[in-house]
Amino acid sequence: MTGADAERWLLRLYIAGGSPRSQAALANLKGVCDEYLPGRYELEVIDLVAHPERARADQIVAVPTLVRRLPPPITKIIGDLSMKERVIVALDIEMTD
Amino acid sequence: MNAQAHRLARTPSGIVGFDEITGGGLPTGRCSLVCGAAGAGKTLFGLTFLAEGALRFGEPGVFISFEETEAELAANVASLGYDLEQLRAANQLAVDYVRVERAEIAETGDYDLDGLFLRIGHAIRTAGARRVVLDTPESLFSSFSNAAILRAELRRLFGWLKAQGVTSVITAESGGGELTRHGLEEYVSDCVILLDQRVLDQVATRRLRVVKYRGASHGGDEYPFLIDETGVSVLALASPQLAHDVSTERVRTGAPALDDMLGGEGFWRGSSILLSGEAGTGKTTFAAQFAAAACARGEKAVYFAFEESPQQVARNMRAVGIDLQRWIDAGLLHFVASRPSSSGLETHLARMCREVERFAPDVAVVDPLFKLGGDVGGMLLRLIDYFKGRGVTALLTFAESTAETPDHAGVSSLMDAWLQARMTEAGGERQRGLLIRKARGIAHSHQIRRFELTAQGVRLLPAAPAPRLAAPSAASPARSVVNSVAVPGVAVQGSAVQGSAVQGSAVQVSAVSGSAVPNSAVPSSAVSGAAKDAGREPAADAAEVERRHAAEARKRMIEIRRRELGARIATLQSKLAQSEREADMLFARQQGAEEAAAQFRREAAEAGRHRGRT
Repeated sequence: MTGADAERWLLRLYIAGGSPRSQAALANLKGVCDEYLPGRYELEVIDLVAHPERARADQIVAVPTLVRRLPPPITKIIGDLSMKERVIVALDIEMTD
Repeated sequence: MNAQAHRLARTPSGIVGFDEITGGGLPTGRCSLVCGAAGAGKTLFGLTFLAEGALRFGEPGVFISFEETEAELAANVASLGYDLEQLRAANQLAVDYVRVERAEIAETGDYDLDGLFLRIGHAIRTAGARRVVLDTPESLFSSFSNAAILRAELRRLFGWLKAQGVTSVITAESGGGELTRHGLEEYVSDCVILLDQRVLDQVATRRLRVVKYRGASHGGDEYPFLIDETGVSVLALASPQLAHDVSTERVRTGAPALDDMLGGEGFWRGSSILLSGEAGTGKTTFAAQFAAAACARGEKAVYFAFEESPQQVARNMRAVGIDLQRWIDAGLLHFVASRPSSSGLETHLARMCREVERFAPDVAVVDPLFKLGGDVGGMLLRLIDYFKGRGVTALLTFAESTAETPDHAGVSSLMDAWLQARMTEAGGERQRGLLIRKARGIAHSHQIRRFELTAQGVRLLPAAPAPRLAAPSAASPARSVVNSVAVPGVAVQGSAVQGSAVQGSAVQVSAVSGSAVPNSAVPSSAVSGAAKDAGREPAADAAEVERRHAAEARKRMIEIRRRELGARIATLQSKLAQSEREADMLFARQQGAEEAAAQFRREAAEAGRHRGRT
């Protein structure tokens, strides 16, 4: 895929402090990204316990929520990201290799 | 552990009437569930709770909207007279619109609603909120696929709100015969309120019912519930016990001669007075004068106008020397005008009670009392009860359809006093007469007094006709009035004799006093007798007048009967037409069915032939 190399994933993960579910989501996400998007993603982690005001902008209700800001369209993925296949599909990662 | 020990502290909702029926408002620090169908007024209930909390009780609030955007909410409360933007600017109200589009969400494992909790918590801290409204959190059920998680989380949310020490209102949509679609009432155990809107006689009527209130003996009754440009309110009608404080004060009517007829001092304060009469007898003028007299004493009066606009009443009253505008400008007179048909009777009554609540008048005028569908007697009883409970002296006018049979909308027994204004014809002109039919606890006159609408308002003429209208004698009316008052009832005859001695018009006066004996001759004859000029041969005249009146009465009765029959014929004809239409329809349906059957038979035969060939 020609354009695929240029494509970058801009991800934002909303978590609630150090809750096990949040930590699991972070670990699961890192696993997927390092495996399928090495060097092609940027991850911003927002702890809503410390910054509750940030929940509004992305309409966060459930935690954890992962927001794929790029590539478009903006997609939200909720849950601890333990279902790897679903995460891959939802993130729209093409498994060409 | 008795109910008393369980009694929860109350937080006033600020919704007029609601705090009264719940003994103080919503349970402090708890969650209350407000359910109702779409359009029942749940959101406005919540917004009013917050706006009133901020404006009147110094309690900031948080509104979490799951359905309407902030702009939509602002428009909604603006219609109730609240400025959402101003409240927000003053940090008295925080609004957060929570929207979750299911289409843009994928679920990949376990989650909770901490995001929502943190948002609400943040809003509560920022505003220093004491009150929280969650407007239909149930709509989250359409955003997330895992109903079990959602259910558990909502339950946790309600508990968490309690732990925050805020008084909260959660709205939920009722449907399918259940209080809420998702059974949220199971999670809210302290207070459940049901709002209901139904259509009666083509008029939408709102009701409110307290379904559950922990530790409180609530009636479970339905109360009329009202939403209009001045806010949300509940018609809290007093208990039907007759336990009002009774005033020993009197209230003057604005027409000194009428006061004189009422023992010289007018009505009892806090009493309810019915003024009935045909169209054009001057009921509104009396009512306006009554209100103006209260204002002139420095009291406050509220005037409920159901027939004319305030401007029109003010103009017309100016023409008879009653300056209402002056009292409106002074803030002593409050006009409330609406069309009888604009809403149901209960809604009107709710609005009236609310105005009384807000304006706290000493005197109320209802002009006129009107008949609408519903339990008129019961509702009026509650209204009058309400007036009495607040010590408001109420004058209610009622338009009679005919003077022949005194009509009082079936409420005379509820009234402390009943005045009747009537038109009589005598000497080629129509004259106005006023009669006190009853006045509880007042030794009142039983005379029918002529009165005129002059440039100085209502003026009652002397009991016996004065010799010259232009310059009525000051002494004679006062004299006759004093007599009739001092020796009421049976002794009227005596007073008449005395009056006649003073005035030298024995015949007319005795005719009047004769009529004053209860249940005696047709009153109208007495009026015309009283109205007669002195100097004519009265006995023959009176008989002649009586005959004429009797004939007119018969004519009117025939006319009424004719109209009734006409109406019945029209009803029967419309019923007949309806039946014919129904018969036509059934016939057409039968024909259609027969054709279909024939078609089916043909097809079946065709199919049979086909099978035979193959």
